[in-house]
Amino acid sequence: MLLRHTTDKVKERKALTVNPAKTCQPIGAMYAALGIHGCLPHSHGSQGCCSYHRSALTKHYKEPVMASTSSFTEGSSVFGGQANLMTAIENIFAIYEPEIIAVHSTCLSETIGDDLGQIVAKARDEGKVPFGKHIIQASTPSYVGSHVTGYANMLEGIVRYFPEKTDEKKRQINLLAGWVEPSDMRELKRLAGLLKVKSVLLPDTSDVLDTPMTGSYEMYPKGGTTIPDMISMGDSMKTIGLGDWGTRKAAVMLDNKCKVPFEIVDIPVGLRATDRFIQALAKAGKVSIPDSLTDERGRLVDVITDMHQYLYGKRVAIYGDPDNIIPLIEFLTDMDMKPVYIVSGTPGKNFDKRIEEILSERVPEAKYKNGPQADMLLMHQWIKQEPVDLIIGNTYGKYISRDENIPFVRMGFPILDRVGHSYFPTVGYMGGIRILEKILGAIMDYQDATSPEESFELTM
Amino acid sequence: MVKKKEYINGLPDPTPLKEEILARYPRKVAKKRDKSMVINDPDADQEIQANIRTIPGIITQRGCTYAGCKGVVLGPTRDIINLVHGPIGCSFYAWLTRRNQTRPAEGEDNFMTYAFSTDMQDENIVFGGEAKLKEAIREAYEMFAPKAIGIFSTCPVGLIGDDVHSVARDMKAELGINIFGFSCEGYRGVSQSAGHHIANNQVFKNVVGNNDRPRKGKFQVNLLGEYNIGGDTFEIERLFEEAGIELLSTFSGNSTIESMEYSHTADLNMVMCHRSINYIAEMMEEKYGIPWIKVNFIGAESTAKSLKKIADYFGDAELTAKVDAICEREMAKVNAVKEAVKPKVEGKLAMMFVGGSRAHHYQDLFGELGIRVVSAGYEFAHRDDYEGRKVIPNIKIDADTRNIEDLVVSKDEAHFRDDLVAKKDSLEKSGYKFKDYEGMMPEMKKNSLVIDDVNHWETEKLIEFYKPDVFCAGIKEKYVVQKYGVPLKQLHSYDYGGPYAAFEGAINFYKEMQRMLDTKIWKLVDTPWKHEPEIVGSMTIEA
Ligand code: SF4
Ligand code: SF4
Repeated sequence: MLLRHTTDKVKERKALTVNPAKTCQPIGAMYAALGIHGCLPHSHGSQGCCSYHRSALTKHYKEPVMASTSSFTEGSSVFGGQANLMTAIENIFAIYEPEIIAVHSTCLSETIGDDLGQIVAKARDEGKVPFGKHIIQASTPSYVGSHVTGYANMLEGIVRYFPEKTDEKKRQINLLAGWVEPSDMRELKRLAGLLKVKSVLLPDTSDVLDTPMTGSYEMYPKGGTTIPDMISMGDSMKTIGLGDWGTRKAAVMLDNKCKVPFEIVDIPVGLRATDRFIQALAKAGKVSIPDSLTDERGRLVDVITDMHQYLYGKRVAIYGDPDNIIPLIEFLTDMDMKPVYIVSGTPGKNFDKRIEEILSERVPEAKYKNGPQADMLLMHQWIKQEPVDLIIGNTYGKYISRDENIPFVRMGFPILDRVGHSYFPTVGYMGGIRILEKILGAIMDYQDATSPEESFELTM
Repeated sequence: MVKKKEYINGLPDPTPLKEEILARYPRKVAKKRDKSMVINDPDADQEIQANIRTIPGIITQRGCTYAGCKGVVLGPTRDIINLVHGPIGCSFYAWLTRRNQTRPAEGEDNFMTYAFSTDMQDENIVFGGEAKLKEAIREAYEMFAPKAIGIFSTCPVGLIGDDVHSVARDMKAELGINIFGFSCEGYRGVSQSAGHHIANNQVFKNVVGNNDRPRKGKFQVNLLGEYNIGGDTFEIERLFEEAGIELLSTFSGNSTIESMEYSHTADLNMVMCHRSINYIAEMMEEKYGIPWIKVNFIGAESTAKSLKKIADYFGDAELTAKVDAICEREMAKVNAVKEAVKPKVEGKLAMMFVGGSRAHHYQDLFGELGIRVVSAGYEFAHRDDYEGRKVIPNIKIDADTRNIEDLVVSKDEAHFRDDLVAKKDSLEKSGYKFKDYEGMMPEMKKNSLVIDDVNHWETEKLIEFYKPDVFCAGIKEKYVVQKYGVPLKQLHSYDYGGPYAAFEGAINFYKEMQRMLDTKIWKLVDTPWKHEPEIVGSMTIEA
């Protein structure tokens, strides 16, 4: 057994987290910053954090992930990290020549009390920022929130800096992406294109973390939201934020700063969340929904009806980030599956409320928890008490899946042992079909592997 | 770029490369990096700058002290709960990410698949985290009843004044199991290396010598600094077992805390990764009189040499005969594969920048295949790993090194092995070498470029200059290098392959090099229409 010490005896814990269902803020900040063009993320702290974050993102994407660090030592930890950051800024612009440096803090620099805004301002005053180059910053202490919080904070940092309000409104919509894959970013742009709505997507990691092999390396790949686009966001008609946890802060900031009104919808995972997204975008862009999209939707519903017998009543355990798993849970219940166990390490009061709304009628027996100690050990213990038919979550679920012999679908961050997430979206109607394909594949492979020979089916 | 034919008369002079690299740097950076890049001359006594802090802003390979302590040294030990005291991330990233394999017996403890953290929150940072840490230890004990718990401090811990050592003492008294702490906050040193030292100290203080288990074998040894990445330790264990050598404990691949407790009953310590573990070897010699030798099980010939050196130490005819027989048998298998692979890869160029010993050890494997190493360096080694232990007395102790406790070890009269000291003396007289690490540079070719703590800019320039056939480094470098069309072999994680240690491992590595160097995929990178003139067709769709 891989997790041989896990038992079904759930004990209330106040202090110990075992097998977390979250990680820390800076990695989210790093990911968000990679979605703007010509940007080098910078980790203000000791170099271990930066190394870990780059490694985790690299393993998930199998792509270069560049970021620099302030490389704190004992001295900087005692006297503050200002000198380190000043040196870093000079060196980065001289050696790596980015357009933008996106600085985020770490537990260390936060605990010391470094004020990033003040240090960056000083760097500007002292002429350490070359003409036409930019530094943005976000405070990302990991003892608050989770990696999702860090993503939200960097997004807020970006819109605090770039968008400008002029007298000329632009007929365009801001799309603030929650934490989704490059494939999803690409799909969001395609969907907006089908609607013929002009949009600015921020951030945009497509063509950054899914770059083609060409035989030459580009430190700043062609993707990422550009500076002119980000500036123009201040003149947009409206902002649509995808996911409360990931985008609300930035949407509010943009509203306060440039008076761009906003609406927050779920990340369009599954049928109804995609419906809401499409309707919101159509309404904001004052366009009608084209037949091609209606057809895509119809295809998704068609697959569900075709394969309903394999889905109905199946018990599912899910762990991941609120913005991603809330619409997924809704999608599962729409297909008559039963998400019975749900954990997310990411805190936030809204979580219980949203899950309650979705599940109270259809799956009253569901157990769910988020925030501190809402970890994978707890979920595994619930599974030990009463098993499930399917587990959905990041790669770490494979240990439970193997021990308990339960089908497993990889979704979320990080996925360290499979490819595909960078290239095939899970958002939109077509993304819904991909999720279905994966779920059905797992469930049906299990049936094929375990059914008695006489009932081994050719057609399913 | 250097053309391949220039390699016929040795390696090309990389002076222009070095100059080009330095030219890009701001003055202060250039001055510092200059001393960390040495154009090698194995016949001269050259000094390289190593183990100094990375310059802020530089994109480095290095990690932190915590990573070296928890991740590297203690991570591979299965029956201890490694509790990370800090915010969640540090624990999350060290969760199962180092591929240390382990083989617990049925029913035996194995906590390596778990991540334990106090997941510090805002209020713990403001009001202190000791109470939460104590509570977490209680909860861990209640749920898992481990034999031992190690507490690992991450960056904020020292700053907010949490004393993990006093918590450990209190909880040890309360629960009656072995509990000890590590002050391995990430910023304590310039790299992982500081964490190795801290781990060595605490394991030596709190574990080694706790159990005077009676002798089990005629020849009792420990293997230090072998972490069982990809199953390397298993390969070595098998050889020892066949030869009749009792491997008491490996620090720390496939290990248990219990085995470390009686490791002081060994007759000999073998040091594999000198950088990460020489401290324990030294301390065990001082306290117990156990001598140590440097071994290397990466490379078939090095493995044979190391095995023979162990046999020579014991001077037992039966053991020597067994070792000789094993080497002969295994070398025959190895040579058969080598003969098949070598013609396909001979003369290719490699470079490697990794760790604190592998950038050296793996040169043996490449050498066996006739692959030339044009440039190499460590990520977190010290001068002695480059220049040999002879320079240790001359290494300047800077503030970063002074941070780390240097344990004062005294002789343990009850356990001290005067017999081993006498044995060592007499063997030394006949030319047998103890503590014999000569470092990487004397073994590298003239004009090879040795670089400590290589960074991203230097990596780019190295690739342009040498156009290597294979580049060895870690995950952060992997896809950068491969975008250039140069295959990268990870020497931390082995790209989820291995084992590469000992004879079987060498065979695996040869085959891996054949796979990587023999592929045609890189030729398919360019499109077939790359050089065709652009045609503006008449059948294009109007937008
Ligand atoms: S540098 Fe500090 S905070 Fe960062 S990973 Fe290492 S111990 Fe954790
Ligand atoms: S939790 Fe804090 S200290 Fe640890 S890796 Fe994340 S930012 Fe660094």
